[in-house]
Amino acid sequence: MTDSTWQLLLDSLWPMIHGAITGTIPLALSSFAIGLVLALALALMRLSRRRWLSSIARVYISLVRGTPLLVQLFVIFYGLPSLGVVIDPWPSAIIAFSINVGGYAAEVIRAAILSVPKGQWEAAYMIGMSHRRALTRIILPQAARVSVPPLSNTFISLVKDTSLASLILVTELFREAQQVAAFSGQFMALYLEAALLYWVICLVLSSGQGVLEKRLDRYVAH
Amino acid sequence: MSPTDQKLLTVRGLQKSFGANQVLTSVDLTVARGTVLALIGPSGSGKTTVLRCLNGLEIADGGTISIVGADDSRHAPVTIDFAAAHGTRAGVPKKALTNLRDQSAMVFQHYNLFPHKTVLENVMEGPVVVQRRDRAEVEAEALALLERVGLSDKRDSYPFELSGGQQQRVGIVRALALRPTLLLFDEPTSALDPELVGDVLRLIKELAAEGWTMVIVTHELEFAREVATEVAFVDGGTIVEHGDPKEMLRNPKHERTRQFLHRLLFPF
Repeated sequence: MTDSTWQLLLDSLWPMIHGAITGTIPLALSSFAIGLVLALALALMRLSRRRWLSSIARVYISLVRGTPLLVQLFVIFYGLPSLGVVIDPWPSAIIAFSINVGGYAAEVIRAAILSVPKGQWEAAYMIGMSHRRALTRIILPQAARVSVPPLSNTFISLVKDTSLASLILVTELFREAQQVAAFSGQFMALYLEAALLYWVICLVLSSGQGVLEKRLDRYVAH
Repeated sequence: MSPTDQKLLTVRGLQKSFGANQVLTSVDLTVARGTVLALIGPSGSGKTTVLRCLNGLEIADGGTISIVGADDSRHAPVTIDFAAAHGTRAGVPKKALTNLRDQSAMVFQHYNLFPHKTVLENVMEGPVVVQRRDRAEVEAEALALLERVGLSDKRDSYPFELSGGQQQRVGIVRALALRPTLLLFDEPTSALDPELVGDVLRLIKELAAEGWTMVIVTHELEFAREVATEVAFVDGGTIVEHGDPKEMLRNPKHERTRQFLHRLLFPF
């Protein structure tokens, strides 16, 4: 590589980091937060004894998992305007990613809730708790511990998937890379640089997962 | 009528099926205040189901359960007619079910402590969060109870750090802290290593001596003979024989009771 390529990589580093800080990371965090709330609701619907509730959740999850994220994103940003619903790039991206995380994380949370032994529900009822209180104080804290590793996977996938938002004009890490690449013609160097940055972000997240697991492990035998 | 022979619990014609399997055909039972009733019987006889119905963990299909409580609102008298509820949880008035549950506290075979809470938090959860009693007062009471079972130094430990016997003693303290009128034990020593059984049985014996009303599902015949004031033999979903433990365990009237005791005493 020539000196000018190095210079280009160095010069583009800040725009890309800026894109990560103002685009990739907030997009991932907000979509994940909204997606988790949605996922918890869907998981509880799936577990509900009311069949119509669980059917709605089942269909939702099936649709989300059975269609490409890129298609979901395009339907919202490019499709909805033909129905008169025009949504800006940023909210479009957040809506699409939240819907997607909701579908995937719902199954994780459902499995985690089911993994808590039945005796825990019974002990909670025994001390006089209602169903809702047993869920929030006894079952969900234990389910949270179980769901940290799979939800971390979901989150890490989401961070990388936010690069798709560049296709609906959201300025984030990858779109910055694309713009510099298109302008300079140095595709290989810049896309590798973008890959490296994504990798660094995911390394940080993985270590965060480790810390979180350790914290939640304090009541588990080793 | 003296307070000691006042009926605390009355069960009439209790029935329960799981699908096509009728576990309880018809159970009648009365428990006076201060009674320690041991339920014995072969596995699958329905004795644990009886206990679970008393706490509302299972909803019976038919029959009635009445508990004469104390004077306070938490332990108000309650009668539930399960035939009228058509055997569904939704059919039972919510208030009555809560009331039934509040009367009793259960000690489980597998302890069922909350693994994400410390020993002290396990004991305080019900009184503070559900019963909304004063935290400081509950804590003092919980610590006194833990002290009494020799576990005050474990107050901040998590259940996984305790032996089975210690966990079960915490389970008993958790039940006592709820201030129930009736204590229910579901095979409290069946999951314990043999050398840890003694501590738990000794504690239950002490509670019996203090006058707690208890229903204990157990396989420990010696314990039943020594601690229980009444014993009931359950088989085929009904109470086959009911009487004084010393008399009944030595000289059972019913053939099925005799066979069961024989099998327990001479397993091979």
